[in-house]
Amino acid sequence: MVNDMSQRLDRLFSALGDPTRRAIVARLARDDALSVSELAAPFEIKLPAVMKHLDILEEVGLIRRAKQGRTVTVELSPRPLRTAMDWMQRCERIWEGRLDRLARFAEKKERESQERNE
Amino acid sequence: MSEMTCVRRIAARPSTVFDALTTAEGMASWWCPDDGPVLSAASDPKVGGRFRVRFRKVNGSEHECAGEFLEIEEPRRIVMSYEWTSGGVPEERERVSRVELRLRLIDTGTELTVIHAGLYNEASARNHSAGWGAALDKLVRRFAASNSPHPE
Repeated sequence: MVNDMSQRLDRLFSALGDPTRRAIVARLARDDALSVSELAAPFEIKLPAVMKHLDILEEVGLIRRAKQGRTVTVELSPRPLRTAMDWMQRCERIWEGRLDRLARFAEKKERESQERNE
Repeated sequence: MSEMTCVRRIAARPSTVFDALTTAEGMASWWCPDDGPVLSAASDPKVGGRFRVRFRKVNGSEHECAGEFLEIEEPRRIVMSYEWTSGGVPEERERVSRVELRLRLIDTGTELTVIHAGLYNEASARNHSAGWGAALDKLVRRFAASNSPHPE
């Protein structure tokens, strides 16, 4: 379970390790759903290469493809991003707790050093 | 992976906060995120020096973190590597991440910023240096806000 989660994050971030794939994800974040040809239009690479990138993004669950008649539309899928979100929230809770205690300790030290100087 | 940032204002001078952040006595006071005790703390706050802190949370679970001081600019900035050597956040285990602490002098004392970057692997480290980290954070938050039901 632990390794599973960790491997999922590894795959997610290695999928995002490519600039073309990041550009695809960024566009989908802006435009919700796009057809494959709309997605491919701004890139100088050929359609099969774009399809390959889409395969990789789909494997890690970052996008979904749906067929509507003769057009394939692509949209972002939030689930893997939520894995990353969970990490951030857990990390935030830990640091918020620590900073409460750090502030109490440092403020006490500060008062003590001021009292010594008076 | 992406990064987490926390900011806190503390009514103490940067030098006091700096000591609280880097000395073993200081770390022992705050490293445990809840009211549980720190069981041991060791720290050698110089570049290349290491720290190790073991604590027990209120729920009884024990955890240990360790790392190395990578950059120190007293009293303004500390960068350290960070890993859970036991317990800890499950998906962080056996992975080294990076914590940057920035201290800024303000009227009321110190503004402390914590930036914890969870670098999961080389690809995420590249993403990070390419500034992708912040963009991913935005994306993640957007989807968290859109709040579709969790499929798992």
